[in-house]
Parts: sequence; structure tokens; C-alpha cells
Amino acid sequence: MSNQLRAWLIATPATLLVTIFLVLPVLATFATTFGDPEGPFATYSAFFNSRFRTTVLWRTMEVALVTTMISVAIGFVTAWVVARTPSRLKSLLIIAAVFPLLTGVVVRSFAWLVILGKNGVLNSFLLSIGVISEPLSMLYTQGSVIVAMVYLFVPLMILTLVGVLEGIPQDLTDAAASLGAPPAAAFRQVVLPMAVPGLIVGSVLVFTGSFTSYATPQLLGGERQMMMGTFLYQRAMVTFDWVGASTIAAVMVVVTLATVLTMSRVARKLNPMAG
Amino acid sequence: MKNRIHPALIVITVLTFLFLLGPLVVIIGSALSDTSYLTFPPQGLTLHWFTNIFEVSAFTRTMGTSFMLAIGGTTVSMLIGIPAAYALARYRVELPAFLGNVFVLPILIPEIVLGFSLMKSLASGFGLPIIVALLIGHALIVLPYTVRVVGASLNSFDFSIEEAAVSLGCTRIKAFFVVVLPNIRAGIIAGFILAFITSLNDVSISIFLTGPGVSTLPIQLLAHMEQFFDPTIASASVLLMGVTVAVMAVVERTLGLTFLTK
Repeated sequence: MSNQLRAWLIATPATLLVTIFLVLPVLATFATTFGDPEGPFATYSAFFNSRFRTTVLWRTMEVALVTTMISVAIGFVTAWVVARTPSRLKSLLIIAAVFPLLTGVVVRSFAWLVILGKNGVLNSFLLSIGVISEPLSMLYTQGSVIVAMVYLFVPLMILTLVGVLEGIPQDLTDAAASLGAPPAAAFRQVVLPMAVPGLIVGSVLVFTGSFTSYATPQLLGGERQMMMGTFLYQRAMVTFDWVGASTIAAVMVVVTLATVLTMSRVARKLNPMAG
Repeated sequence: MKNRIHPALIVITVLTFLFLLGPLVVIIGSALSDTSYLTFPPQGLTLHWFTNIFEVSAFTRTMGTSFMLAIGGTTVSMLIGIPAAYALARYRVELPAFLGNVFVLPILIPEIVLGFSLMKSLASGFGLPIIVALLIGHALIVLPYTVRVVGASLNSFDFSIEEAAVSLGCTRIKAFFVVVLPNIRAGIIAGFILAFITSLNDVSISIFLTGPGVSTLPIQLLAHMEQFFDPTIASASVLLMGVTVAVMAVVERTLGLTFLTK
């Protein structure tokens, strides 16, 4: 048997699984969006001409973008400190970041339901110290969705960045300092450029993750803060508008793939060494 | 001047970890509360809500389904993913370069899109039973983890050892089981664990594929949360966290947790 044939035989079951149960069904979903009798792009012009649907799209983009920016800010500082912590404490901190990551999305979103609810932990606390006199309604707002999303994705950002920042030798910043660079300049000119690939990977993971999330907007946003994921589910399983749902699915795939492709191109441009 | 970190950064880091762990403490606390509603800090302590999980048949049934799916789906993805990872690492010249990306598609395509598309073609197209559709869906979404993680350990495996076994008269199949598999054990354990956890916690695929009579624990919890608000959900959440702790203990013992940042 030739090596080529053997290689293909061994890889066939997995290739078949992905082709039959992912590639073909997803292509079928795309195909339904072009089957409108009024023309191949009728479903898309309906999507982009509907104020409600574009509102959902922009809201989802906004939530994903804000979540990414907050996660970058918090994650970078935390990862920087973790990467420079002595190893014993460091492994404890990494466990503390991994643990929430391995806990399910439903459980983690539920925690915020308990914290932000009308009779929730935060309201009881604020009432008891007299900051407010009536419970605030914090659930089902864009804010509650963003807080829960940041909670979901910060660990991912921390872990991605710790790996990258650990690779930057202390000697480099020491060298910059000994050559007279103030800390801010050393950070901007030495650390930041080396951290850019990690920042891009982390941001893509967080952006696409929050753009396509379902459970969190479902629990913390509800009907009022519908996002692409919950909108897709509602169209598919509540109103049984499968063509509409397929259009939402196609828009989600395009945005996700465009983000991944653009950012990996940007990463390559900023870091010619990576080839 | 070595290792000096600005105090403000340390304060932010401490706050971040409080933010990460606080909500989990809130869940544990409210699961122990001796009240019929969710509250934190707990008022009185009881384990009643934990025993209550096992009295609600919807929870025990879906818990069984979830564990079965996680073990079944992960096993299927291992059985086909290990050979795929082996083929990619061993026959780099013979196989096209894009094949490696094909196995990552289940993470690249938004999971909710995948769930919807699978539901359309499986449940309605092929008329498959719900549990089989769920098993396929779970095997599919964990495949990238098994192929990537096992692949990482295969990439540091020296295939000349395998060739040596073959040239000494060992069959190829036997060489795989006796020489290759023991050397990539760490990758297989890590891949299995990541896949298991991913499957156990999955929402976006399962939500489309569950149906009358068949559901998974996260989906059941999600439905329960939207209607009731008693500490049973919190205790079920604590139970899921317990599984995570157990799994992390296994990872720590076999590989050390730092492998997660690599």
C-alpha cells in the first residue's frame, strides 16, 4: 500500500464526520438563503432593510467589541502581574483563572442572575449600606450582558497573554531601563510590540466568542437585549422561520470568518517573523 | 529594581481575581441556604437542596444523559481523532495542507450555526433518533480538541522509533499500539479531559438537538432558571463545579496545570 493511500485511509473517518455533519449541513443552510423567489439576495436585503434586525446585529457587534476592549484591559494587567509572580503563587493564580473557564457557561451566567437580580446580592448590599433606597433593575440591560460576558472571557484572555508575556525576558526591560528608557517608554517600545500577537489571538477569541454566544444573552439580556445567537434560536425554534434563521446564521459566519481572516493578516503584517 | 511591579497593577490583579472567584462563592453560598429562595449570604445552612437534585427526575435523567453523551461523544471523537492526528503528523508530505484546518472547522464555525444546521439536516432530514443526533453533534464539537491536543504530542514524537519497530518485524498496527500510543499518553489524557468538559457544558449545539423526553443537564438548568428560582439550580451548579474540580485534580496530577498556558 502506498503511503498516500494509507494516510488518506487513516484520516478518512474524521474527514467524513466533518464533511457529512458540518460542511454539508452548513452549506445547505447557506443554500436556503439564496432560494427566495424574488431573487437570490432577497433575504439579505430584507435583513438589512429591517430596522429590528440591523439593530440586533449592531447591538451584538457593540456588546462583543466592548467586551473585547474591557477584557484586553483587565486581562493584560492581570497577565502581566501573573507572569512576573514567583512560580509557587503563579500556579495558584493560574488555577484560579482556569477554574472559571472550565465551569459551564450556564453556571457562570446564572451566578450573575443571582448577583444582579432585583432581590439579588448587589441590591441587598447597596440597600443595607444605604446607598440606594429602592432596588435597581440591573438585569436585562446591555450592561448586565456585558458584565457577564467579560466574566466569561477574561480568563481566556489572561491565559493567552500569560503564555506570551512569560516569553518576554526580564533582561529586555532591564536593558531598556539601564539605557535610560523611562518605564512607560520601555513598555511601549519593548513589551507591547512583543505582546501584539498574543493580544490579537486573545481579542479574536473573545470577540468571536461573545459575538456568537447564546446562553448569556438569553439569561441576562432576555427579549429586550436580543443578540444574534438568541435571535437565531428564536427564529428557528419559536417562529419556525428557517429561511430567516439561515440568513442570520450566514451573517454570523461571515462576520466571524472576516474577523479571523483580517486579524490573522494584521498579525502577520505586524510580525513579519511569524511568516 | 528587579521584579518591581507597580502597586496599582497589583491592586487591579487582586480585584480581577475577586471578580473571577466571587460569583462562584455566591453560587456555593446560595446552594447551602436554608431558604426556599436564592439568597446570599446563606441564611442557615442545609444540604437539603443537594438531595433535592436527586428527587427531581428531570435533573437525574438529564444528568445521566449528559455524562453518557460526554463519555460517548469524547470516545467517538478520540477513536477517529487520534488516527487523524497521527495521519497529519506522520504523513505531512502525502496529505494536503488544508486537511489540518478541516478538523478545526467545528470551532471556527459559530457553534449555534452548527447546531441549527445539524438540526435541520439530521432531525428533519435523516429522521435520526434525538440521542444519536446529540452524540454526533457532541463528537463533532470536541473533535478539534482531540485532534489538536493529541497532534501536539505527536509533533514531538520521533517517528524513527516506530520505523525501528517495523523494520525489526513488528506489524504497523502493532507498532502503533505498542510504540506510538504509550508515548502520546499525556496528550490523549489532556485531549480527553478538555473534550469531556466541553461536551458536558455544551449549550449551543444541544439546545437545537434536544427534544421531547431527551435533554442534557445544562439545557434543563437553562429551562429551569427561566421559570423557577430556588436553590436547587445553585446546588446543581455546585455539582457541575465539583466535576470541574475533580477533572482539574486529574490534570494537575498527570500533566501539571501550566500546560494550559502553552
